[in-house]
Parts: sequence; structure tokens; C-alpha cells
Amino acid sequence: MDSTIAVLAVLDGLSYAALVFLVSVGLSLIFGVLRVVNVAHGSLYAYGAYAAATISLAVTPISPWLTFPALLIASVLVGVVIGGLIERFLLRPVYGREEVLQLLITFAVFMIMDNLQRLIWGVQPIFAAEPLRLLPNITVLGVAYTSYQVLLLPLLAALTLVGLRYFLRYTLSGAVILAVTEDREAATAIGIDARRVFLVTFMIGASLAALGGALASPTTSLVPGMGTDMIVLSFAVAATAGLGQIEGAAVTALMIGLARAFAIYIQPEFEVLVPYLIMVIVLLVRPMGLFGVSHVRKI
Amino acid sequence: MSRVLISARGLKIRFGGVIAADGIDLDVLEGENLAIIGPNGAGKTTFLNMATGYLRPQAGTVSFLGQDITALPPRVITKLGIARAFQIPQLFLDRTVIENIMIASAAQTGQLSGLRSLLDLPERAEMEDLLDLVGVKAFAHRTAFELPEGQRKLVDIALALALKPQVLLMDEPTSGVASSEKLGLMDILTTALTKRKVSSVFVEHDMDMVERYATRVAVWSSGKIQMIGTPQDVLNDADVRAQVIGI
Amino acid sequence: MVKQLSLPRMAIAVAVIAAIILPMLMPSWATLITLILAKGIVVLGIIILLQAGQVSFGHAMFFGIGAYAVAFWGKYVGPGDLLLFLVIGPVLSTIFGLAIGLFMVRYREIFFGMLNLAFSMVLWSLLEKMYHYTNGADGIRVPRPTLAGIAFTPETFQYVMVYLTLALVLITSFAVQRYLDSPLGHMLRAIKSNETRLEYLGVSARKVLLIGYVISAFLGGLGGVLVAVTQQIATPEFAYWTKSGEFVFIAILGGTTSAFGAFAGAAVFEFVRFLAAAKLANAWQLILGIVLIVIIMYAPGGLIGLLKRKQPLGEKP
Repeated sequence: MDSTIAVLAVLDGLSYAALVFLVSVGLSLIFGVLRVVNVAHGSLYAYGAYAAATISLAVTPISPWLTFPALLIASVLVGVVIGGLIERFLLRPVYGREEVLQLLITFAVFMIMDNLQRLIWGVQPIFAAEPLRLLPNITVLGVAYTSYQVLLLPLLAALTLVGLRYFLRYTLSGAVILAVTEDREAATAIGIDARRVFLVTFMIGASLAALGGALASPTTSLVPGMGTDMIVLSFAVAATAGLGQIEGAAVTALMIGLARAFAIYIQPEFEVLVPYLIMVIVLLVRPMGLFGVSHVRKI
Repeated sequence: MSRVLISARGLKIRFGGVIAADGIDLDVLEGENLAIIGPNGAGKTTFLNMATGYLRPQAGTVSFLGQDITALPPRVITKLGIARAFQIPQLFLDRTVIENIMIASAAQTGQLSGLRSLLDLPERAEMEDLLDLVGVKAFAHRTAFELPEGQRKLVDIALALALKPQVLLMDEPTSGVASSEKLGLMDILTTALTKRKVSSVFVEHDMDMVERYATRVAVWSSGKIQMIGTPQDVLNDADVRAQVIGI
Repeated sequence: MVKQLSLPRMAIAVAVIAAIILPMLMPSWATLITLILAKGIVVLGIIILLQAGQVSFGHAMFFGIGAYAVAFWGKYVGPGDLLLFLVIGPVLSTIFGLAIGLFMVRYREIFFGMLNLAFSMVLWSLLEKMYHYTNGADGIRVPRPTLAGIAFTPETFQYVMVYLTLALVLITSFAVQRYLDSPLGHMLRAIKSNETRLEYLGVSARKVLLIGYVISAFLGGLGGVLVAVTQQIATPEFAYWTKSGEFVFIAILGGTTSAFGAFAGAAVFEFVRFLAAAKLANAWQLILGIVLIVIIMYAPGGLIGLLKRKQPLGEKP
């Protein structure tokens, strides 16, 4: 195989993996702490993208550079406000019920958000590529890449990974979150408000998804189906890594991103197949995921 | 000389730092009611788990009528003829008592039909008699969930008996049963076991029960069998009295 | 099966009568009713697995297999007969169900759900991208088949489909009911209740679950054939995760303890979609999403649960 193609595929895979990582790590975090599969995660991604595009288009006439903070503001708005509303009013009432019902609530939220998205932003593609255009291009092996895609995105993803790791391991709030994940009852017994932890965690996870969407918005045209495809893809990454695994999600996102990019160059029909095929193979061999810990059966 | 049903040799298992079995050698003989006594944590339930395939020992073997069953799963061991009743009754709580026992019956006969109604199977009358025997026939149409602990234990034992085993392993059969009813239960149980030619092994903390109903007693201590003999010999032994009974 | 009170029984009778009479009164509803009944058949399969406490998030795969079996026949072999389709679709989905099920039954809970999802997405991506064979996202047209050699006009065929599907619904519902009352059916529910105990009765939980899984795969394929023939098309979306979600949604909506729930749920789902598309500017997802949330929070037994006066004692929600 041509080394040129290999390098190009790696660059493609890298930027794609960065976005997928942001969404899947949020999903994984939410599952790890709340034990809920958040089907609405894809919608949060889509809303992050649409909100970012809307704000970007509004601020571009004022100053194009405002589109960068716009991306961040959009993610935080979507993640904190919508994420908070979802957790507080739709998930909290059903904690303690069967897990599939909690999942179905998020599925219902997905349906509602998907519909609202079409009503608010319509079905025509939206383009808001300003942040992309502001940054210079890079030429690699004769192919022009935007530094936004091959430098900024992976950099932000790496920063997020480091930031999350630091937050969870070295801050008090992070320790509280880990405590609740490890043993909910014990944590509550020592005075930790588990409900608050759930709310904050959900907001963080939702913001990460929205951030993924916001960062993705300059790179692609925004269309109605984007959330629907992203949720199942990010779930595939999270499940393959092992639900709840943060660093594992990064490695897996990279692996799947690269595999998909290579597939596009070698055999394009398999592009979409690759993540799910990997998921099947991994789950058959290691159902707890590549980095997951297997549960000990209690007598 | 009675046949040896279950034979354990050199069973060893440890969980982290806890040695739950440290070289267990034991023969369960046909026709006996073997009581297993000992302090909590001595490894009694662990032994039952190893004998029924729920746990794999780290060393040693278990055999049944000469066949090595050490590595076999509970499902297979049950089919060979060893049935188990649990310390905390293991029932299908959302099903009625009669449904519970009919499931056991269908499992025993092996007639796993997908079309005949469970409650119309020919074994129904026999199973109702079994429920009557252990004294829960009045509850036949209540869900197991509604039953108090004592009744649940009886149903658990009935389920094991429905399997028509050769050996019945019971983990604290009278715990949870009201004191006034313990004697009655054990009377019925031992009569039923003798009549059906079922040998039994039972873990028990109540020494009165042990004295009355056991034909042999094995004393567990820190993963080893400290002593084994007739109830008279064992229960009067000074060491046993000090460590196990607490006198 | 829970002993049925007279109110649900009456509801079933009314529903069957409605299904027979409505198409005659309002011909345009014949297709809608057929779709409701066909989807209900797939949901029966979901309900079977729910009895064992397992949720499949990939059952659209069997639905898609049934649909594409019919579509491929049309594309590569030639005109077909409905009786033939009713055999090859379910047979194919059953074979896949057995093959996949052999692996699947080792898993429980979320792993079961995830693995089913993964398999279904593999199928979907193949259907979506292998343009040469599958026509991609546009799908493959399914021309109207004959029935036992007789060709029907479009108008008459609607009636053929709705009454044929109704007959199949009655047969499958009856069979599933019998199955769930049988020893195997009770053992299936024992998996949810106390799998360890089941193993300690000498029963292989895997074998019992596999039987349930294969039956549900059969039903999925059957539904797929009926929908593909009714809508005259098979698209990759038949195997997409949202379709799997729809089936689970309908199961919970209708109530998971009786076969009738599958059809009641499908009826509500499709009616809302149909009405909302016609009148409410395509807000059907919004409405159904809210309905699902309301049902989960306030009526956990689904629509059927609402019909019953009270839950029988000791029954788990």
C-alpha cells in the first residue's frame, strides 16, 4: 500500500477520531456514572452543531474571529441547559426503575429533539464554515488540509482527554464523581449528594457531545440526520472501548477513526461497516470492551 | 457397607487471603443424613458450592458415584442426581408456588414442550402432593413473592425434591422457620427423604436439630473438617463444644 | 400469561372486529391496518425476549432480512408468489436468528442489547453501501406478488393483504400465547426471575433463551415480508437502529405482558404517525416521544396496564 495514501488516511482518521472521541467520551462518562445509555446524545451533538452554526452566522458580520468563542458558547449552552433539563426532569424521576426504561426515556427525548430540530432549523443543509476558513491551510504530500481539521481538532480532543483525566483524578469534584461511580450507596452514606453528581455529570457529558457537534459544524453541512448517525457510531466506540472507560474511548476512537479512513481509501463501500464490524468482533470476544473490567459474579 | 454417593478429595480454594477450603476429604454415604456444623466463615457453604459446580476448586476433586464432577456446571450436576436447597430461598418470585414446582417437575421429566400448558402436565397431581407434604399446599396459587421466609424455604426444599434427586444438599433448612415449626418441618422432611430414598447433607446451626435428625455430623473449622462422627460423639466432644457450640 | 380480565378480552374482540370491518368501510385504511398488524407481529418477538428480561436493540435486522429476501427474489429471480415469500422470508430470518443466537444467548442485559445492535448495524451498513446488489439507500422495489397463482388488482390486493395479515396475526398470537404458557415459556420467564435457580433445576438457560430468540427472529422476518409487500419496497432503513428502537417503543407502549399489547401499541404508534403527518405538520415524533415519556412515568404497564383495573398482587412491573 502506498505510503502517501497511508499518511493521508492517518490525517483523515485523526480529525474524524477527534470528533468521535468527544461525543463517545461524554456518552461513556454518563453511562459510567448514571448507568444510563443516553440515546439523546446524538441529538445533543446535533444541537451543538446547529447552535454553533446559528451563533457563528450571527457574529460573523461583527468579527469572524468571534466564531471561535461562539463554538464554545454554543456547546456550553446546549450541554448545560438542555442536558440539565433532561437529567433533572426526565431522568431523575425514573432512577431506580429498570434500566431499559431509562434508556427508552432518552430514546423518547431523541425523538422529540430530532423533530424539534427539523422544526427550528428546517431540513435544508446549513453551512457555517467561518472558523475553518480563518485558519491557514497545510499542504501534506500535495494535498491541502485545513489546519482546523488536522491540528486544532486533534489538539482540542487531546486537551479534553487530559483535562478530563486531571479533573477526575486530581480534583475534589472528580473524586466525588468517581466515588459515586464506584459505590453509590457508600458515597451517599458519607454525605455525597448523588443526585447533584448525576446532574453535573450529565451536563458535562452533554456539553462534550455538544462540543463535538460545535467543532464539527464548520467541517460539514448540517443536515437532519447527523445526530442519528452519530449516536450509534459513538455508542459503537464507547461499547467497544468498554462503557465508562475514558482513556479507552480515546484509543478506540483513534482506532476506529483510522480504520474507517483507511477503508475509504481502500474499499469505500466498507467505510460505514468498519466501526460496527469491529464492535461485533470485540463484543463477541470481550463483551466488557477492550478496556473494560469484567464483573465478578457474586454468590 | 453403603454406597458412596459424593466423594470429595483434597478440595482447596481461597479467595484472596481467605482460605475457604484447605484439603477437604469427605464421603457422603447412601441413606445418611449428614449434618455440617461449624462457625460462620468456616467454609460450609463454599463446600456446597464446590460440590454442585457453582465454584471450581483450585485443587482437589469431587466425584459422584465414581464420576468426576469437579469441572461440571450446576446444570449437569443437577441432572446427575444432586439437588440443592439454598440458605436464602431461590425461587421464581413472580410465579405462583404451583408454577414454581411445575417448572421443577418439567425440568425433571425433561419433557420441555413448547405447546402444552405447564399447569396441565400429568405430573400436576404428584406435585400438589409434594406441596402438601411440605405443608405449603394452601399457598399453591399465591406468588412466591407473597410468602414469608419460612414458607419460601419450604417451597425451595420442595423444588429440590421435585427433581427426584439421589442426594439433597440443604443450606440451613430451618433458618427463617419459626421455632415452633422447626421440629414439624424436620420430621416431615426426614420422613419424606427416607421414603423416597434420598440421602441428605444439611448445613445447620441449631444443635437440637442436628442431634435429632443427623445420622452423622461433620465439623467444619477454618476450611478443614475438624471432626466427623455420630451426633453423640461430636456434640459431646470438648473442643467442638468450645469452638462451635460455644459452651 | 397473566389471567386476562374481561375488559382486555372485550378490547381484543373489539379490535379484531374493527380490523375486519374497517377496511370494508374505509378502503384507504386497509394498508394502514396491514402495517399495524405486520409490525405487531415483529413486536410479539420483542415481547417474547422481554419475558426473559432481555431487550434486543437490533431486531430490525430480522425485519430487514425478511424484507430483502422478498426484494432480492424480485430482483434476481423474477416475479414471486406471496405464499412463497411467506416461507422464504421467515425461513431466512430464522436461519440467521439461529446462527447469531448461538452467540447471543451467552450474553445478558446491556451486552445482549448491544450485540444485537451491532449485528443489525453491520447488516444495515452492507445494505446501505453495497449499491451493486442492494441499490443503496433508495432500496429495491417489490412488485405486487400473486397469491397462490392468482394475480390481483391493486384495490383487491389491499384487502387480500389486510385479511391475510389478520389471519397470520391470529395464528401467531395464539401460538405465542400457547408457547408462553408451556414449560418452555415459563422457563423463559424464569431466566428473568432467577436464572441461577433455573440452572440448578438442570435446565440450560441458554437453550431456553435460544428457542425464544429463534422464534422472535422468525416473527421479525415474517413482519418484514408483510411490510415489504405492502409498501412495495425494501430499504436499508428497515434494518436501521431507529427501527429497532421503534419496535421496543411499541412493546413498552402497548404493555409487555400480553400479545395484544403488541398490536395495541402498534395501532397507537401508526395512527399517531398517520394523523400527525396529515394534520400536524409532521410533529409525530414529538407527540410519540411525549406519549412514551408519559407512559413510562405514569403507566408502566403500558396501554394494557391501563385497561386492567389493578395489577395482580406480586406481579413485577
